[in-house]
Amino acid sequence: MIKNITIGQYIPGQSLLHRADPRVKIILMIIYMVDLFAVVNSYYTYAAFLIFTLMVIVSSDIPVSYTLRGIKPILFIVIFTAIINIFTTEGKPVFEAGFVHITYEGLDMAAKMAIRLSLMVIGGSLLTLTTTPIMLTDGIEKLMSPLKKIKVPVHEIAMMMTIALRFIPTLMDETEKIMKAQSARGADFDTGSLIQRARSFIPVLVPLFISAFRRADELATAMEARCYRGSAGRTRMRQLRVGFPDFVLVAVMAVFTTGLVFLEYYI
Amino acid sequence: MSIIVEGLYHIYMKGSPFEKVALKDVNMRIDDGEFVGIIGHTGSGKSTLVQHFNGLLKPSAGKVIINGTDTSEKNLKELRRQVGLVFQYPEHQLFEETVYKEVAFGLVKQGMEEDRIKDRVRWALGMVGLGEEYLEKSPFELSGGQKRRVAIAGVIALKPSILVLDEPAAGLDPKGREEIFSFISNLHATMGITVILVSHSMEDIARLTKRVIVMNKGTVEMDGAPADVFQNAEKLEEIGLSVPQITYLMMKLKKVIPEINEKIFTVAEAKNEIAKYLGGIR
Repeated sequence: MIKNITIGQYIPGQSLLHRADPRVKIILMIIYMVDLFAVVNSYYTYAAFLIFTLMVIVSSDIPVSYTLRGIKPILFIVIFTAIINIFTTEGKPVFEAGFVHITYEGLDMAAKMAIRLSLMVIGGSLLTLTTTPIMLTDGIEKLMSPLKKIKVPVHEIAMMMTIALRFIPTLMDETEKIMKAQSARGADFDTGSLIQRARSFIPVLVPLFISAFRRADELATAMEARCYRGSAGRTRMRQLRVGFPDFVLVAVMAVFTTGLVFLEYYI
Repeated sequence: MSIIVEGLYHIYMKGSPFEKVALKDVNMRIDDGEFVGIIGHTGSGKSTLVQHFNGLLKPSAGKVIINGTDTSEKNLKELRRQVGLVFQYPEHQLFEETVYKEVAFGLVKQGMEEDRIKDRVRWALGMVGLGEEYLEKSPFELSGGQKRRVAIAGVIALKPSILVLDEPAAGLDPKGREEIFSFISNLHATMGITVILVSHSMEDIARLTKRVIVMNKGTVEMDGAPADVFQNAEKLEEIGLSVPQITYLMMKLKKVIPEINEKIFTVAEAKNEIAKYLGGIR
């Protein structure tokens, strides 16, 4: 049940996308999003964008079903945005009954917004599915390092993100274990009113918090025992290097974006 | 009234790249009042198997029937009451303000009336060797061994007819281990409940159980009396297990003194055997 959550999940592989530098991937991801929200507007470009996304997924060796699974948690937001768009956009009416009026522009906007949000999530999950959490935070730290000049604790933020990501699966396992243990003692999480169900999670949350604090404490001790002192003078075992896969990805993205702009504005 | 496992398969995360077959065609029958030990290397499927006994995990294929109830059924409340499952490090699930509330948790969930709950809690705490003075203490101010006993008392309080314990003595000092095992044996002897003990300690298994099931890579490798199972020292070592240390000693002795019987699995037996050889010296 809990294992269905795919946030921060990484699927090992050897594709170009897997081997590329995380910094490059993050920047390309931002360009992808800008393309999606600022360039793409006509149905031709939407089609081109869909095909491109599909090709990237296929080339990444990640099962298509896995990338689509990312949409599930935001499905509500997608539908909600679409509905708002349908009913609030002014324009040429398609259907009118009392105060409800659906316009051609509204339907158009709703469809485009839903596709945009879904593609955004698919793109984002492609990044996390092909990059280990540690590489990802390394990349973010490197990209944000200019901010150190204005006293932003970049390293500390990156370390916090690494630790948080690292402990998601651990805490999930822990939650599942405690839920099982409490069910074995007669706890019931699935029946009763909403309030009863919320209350039934107390026997899970209390032990979970206790163990999370204990883990945090142990981790802090372990880090101090290894003389961890933050970023000052720290060197890395894994050096980030831009290489062949990155050039390929940048080239593909450049060609795609140029084509997209051309298709949108000149055809 | 028994545990019947037929052609049980369990597959974790089926249909994902992380799919893992944890149990493969497991068959067994455990009758009422047995004291069974389950041993196996880490990842051999022991914990997965015992979680099928109260329906926490459902078979991917095959059947698990507990006291006549198929665990694939919807309503498992009664089954969960009959089968008490004590997980590894059960003290990590404590959450209440007092020991009393902690032990009473399952009983309250069952809707038992307060007077009977009070009696049951006292009885269960007595079984694990904790007196009245602990009732109003916070479980979090107890020692590790006491916490564990409180957690086990919470399961025993439900008076299960089958008690499954996953490594109940892990991480305890020798005295703590002894206390845990003595009340488990006591519970088995006086209440006649079925006890299933998962353990890595061959000594404890040899000393306590009457039947040993050896798991290896998701299948049942051996199933028999400790004396029969522990004869296969080589086979057990091959799958990452061992025989009790005293058995290794007796095997060495056998090389020097051919008359001695090396099929000895507990210290008490060994003492008698050596005394017999030495000519009745006590």
